[in-house]
Formats: sequence, structure tokens, C-alpha cells
Amino acid sequence: MAKETKGWNEFDAGAILFSFNKETTVSNLATTLPENRAYSQSNSYTASVADWRVEKPVFNRDFCIDCQFCWIYCPDMSIVSRNEKMVGVDYDHCKGCGICVDVCPTNPKSLLMFEEKKSENEALANWPKKESKKDKEAN
Amino acid sequence: MAEEKKIKNLKSFSTSADRFEGANLLCPGCAHSIIVREVLNATNDDLVISASTGCLEVCTAVYPYTSWDASWIHIGFENSATAVTGAEAMYKALKRKGRLFQPERTPKFVAFGGDGASYDIGFQWISGAFERGHDFMYVTLDNEVYANTGGQSSGSTPIGASTTTAPAGRVSYGEKRHKKDMMAIMAAHGAPYVAQVAPNKWKDMVKKIQTGFNTKGPVYINAMSACTTEWKFPASDTIAVSDIAVDSLVFPLYEIINGTELNITYRPKNIIPVRDYLGVQGRFKHLFQPENAHLIDAWQKRVDAHWAYLQKREEARV
Repeated sequence: MAKETKGWNEFDAGAILFSFNKETTVSNLATTLPENRAYSQSNSYTASVADWRVEKPVFNRDFCIDCQFCWIYCPDMSIVSRNEKMVGVDYDHCKGCGICVDVCPTNPKSLLMFEEKKSENEALANWPKKESKKDKEAN
Repeated sequence: MAEEKKIKNLKSFSTSADRFEGANLLCPGCAHSIIVREVLNATNDDLVISASTGCLEVCTAVYPYTSWDASWIHIGFENSATAVTGAEAMYKALKRKGRLFQPERTPKFVAFGGDGASYDIGFQWISGAFERGHDFMYVTLDNEVYANTGGQSSGSTPIGASTTTAPAGRVSYGEKRHKKDMMAIMAAHGAPYVAQVAPNKWKDMVKKIQTGFNTKGPVYINAMSACTTEWKFPASDTIAVSDIAVDSLVFPLYEIINGTELNITYRPKNIIPVRDYLGVQGRFKHLFQPENAHLIDAWQKRVDAHWAYLQKREEARV
């Protein structure tokens, strides 16, 4: 959207916003994945809330079992799943709430929260080892 | 009519393309959007949606952005039911006259409202829409407080909760009135389908919502929406808190068909004491002081009595 701010009197009394560009020719939206949609400038998909995060979830493919718990419980549509496989995290729309880490059932978890400034490779290198039953009981 | 979407398991469900977009301004960890996207993903049909004023409306339609990939309207605090039933009446009239632009498409009509808009401010409008018998679904996102305006008590706030209009302190233990039993009220309208859902039980929820879409006539869904800001728990615990709420039977999952047939759809294997539910939330912190101990016992007794009542009704089919 244009950066210059509007004055109060310049707003319309009732506003209509179009989610998609007018020339879009998608027959059924419910079966069209985001990459095939023609989002308009007024769709919040084109905006970002990345600066809300203090910590970010990092995804480790090695331990993932594609249970899709993170996908169903993500409040921000930020878990990208394609063809029944978990692909990664959409860092433009993730707010860093940590629900995906909380619901991840694997051992060790395949999603963990790391400091926002930490790089992905650094996070993957510091991934914890598998927790034995004894350690679990001790915790 | 488009074919009903088949959802066998979570893997096949995960191929859905979301029609509710990210970068909305709901709090991190808000259960509202978990519920909303599940409602929208439950069908492949077109959707006509209205929303009452509340967290959901305020955060998903911040000019110049919209988070909805569906026809969406907001008018006032009280009238999301009226707005969507008006659209439904127009659809029926155009269909009768043969003037629909795309007659092969069968849109679904959904109204979203918070608990303030459903239990208090918009109640007579919902009641009217159910009495007129429109073919639509009303979803209450029940977070038991006016969260959008800073946590005032609503008709849904349970006894003992500390809110900004009923703060707990030296002279008061917080909210003094019980929560309204909205499920019973809506079932008493003779609605064909009334159900209570929770976001942590996704399969139960999706099944109830699909049943609602396939039911002719008004459908009421009461969705528990754990509020990280006003219930005061960490943002990552939304699903964990919802689990405790369902397993302690504070939010039992059940449905009422035609106002009489009550089915309990989820029976917890291990019933958790209500004390645990109260303990994980900051709004009930003061109940654990010695002078308020009687309130926790009263909570447990009330929840047990309600569960016994539901089981009796399920058996009696009345």
C-alpha cells in the first residue's frame, strides 16, 4: 500500500477491500494454494509481522514424522505443508508464539525456539540429542 | 452442490489451502484464528462471512488490509447474525427468481461473534435469526471476557475470574455471577444443531462443523477460545490449557440435535480436577489464597453436577 498517510476526512464511510487482483481467474479458491493466487496489495498476506518475534521456531527435517500437529494448531498459517509433508516455517507471518514447539510429539522435538538473531545453521548445529526415559523422569 | 470435503486424517487435511491469511493482528498464540481457519477449511464451498465487533473483526480488517479470502462483512457489534441472514435471504430470493450469476455454486453462510457479541450485546439478534430459521451457522468464539477492550466482564465470564470491571482484591474475589448456559438457551430455540467445540480436539471440531454445514436451518457452535492475554498464561500454552479445560470437564464437548437429543462426543479417560484448570490461569490466581478456598470446592461441585446432568440428558433423550 502507498506509504503517504491519509487524512481523516479522506477515508470513505464504508470501505471495500479486494483480497485479490481483479483480473484473477481462479475457479475455486479453496483448492488453490497461496503460490497460485494473485494477492492484491490490500491482502494481509502481503504484509509481515516478523518484527513481533523475539524467538523464532526452527524446523529440523531429520526428526520430523509429518504428523501435521504444528500445521493444524498454528494460529498464523505459518507452517507450510505441501503434499502431506511439512516443508518449513513462513517467517513473514510467524509471530513466534511457540505453539508448534509445544505440540511437537517427536523426541527430540523437530521444532525448537531459538533467538531471532541466531542463524538457522547455527540452530541446527546446536540441536539437542534424543532424551532417554531416565532423563525425562528426572525432569 | 459441490461435493462434501472428505477429511480422513490430519495428513489429508493438511493439503487444504487456507482462506484466512496471516499477518492479521491477533495476539501471538490466539485461539481465535485456530478455530476460524478450521471452520473455513472444513468446506470447499464458497463462504459468505460476517463478523461482530470484537478481537477477530478488529484484528483481521485493519485498513488498508484484509485477512479474509472470502466475502466478508462487518456492520456493528450486535448484528453479525442479522447481516449474514440478510445475505442468505437475498441468495434465496435470487435463486427463486433464477437470477443467480453462478447458479451451480452453493455458498455457505457463517457468522462469527465473540462471547460479548453473542451472550450480551447481540443476543436478541441471534435469537431472532434462529426464530426465523435461516440456513446459516453462528460461531461464538468464547473467551469469557471482552478481550478487545481490555478485559471487562461479559455474560460468559465465570464466577471467581478477575476482570477489569470485577477485579479481585481485599474486598472481592472477582466476578460474582455464573456463566450463562448459552448451549441450553440455543437448544431451547429448537435449533436443528447446537454443539460445543474446542480447538485442541480438531477432529471432533471438524466433524461438528461439517455436520453444521450439512444441516438445513440455523446452527449454533460454541467454540472455546483460550485467551492468552486475559486468561493470563504463556502464548505457547494455548493448546495445553485447552486440553486441561476439556479434560477437567469445565468445557465438556457435546452436541444437541433438534433441541432434545444430546450426545456427549468426548469422554476424557482421566478426568483432571478443576483446581488444575484454575491453577494454570493468572485470572484465578487469587482463588488459591486461604480465604477463597471454598470457591474452588464450589467450582468442582458445579462442574461435577453439570457433567452428571449432561449424562442424564444423554440417556433420557429429552
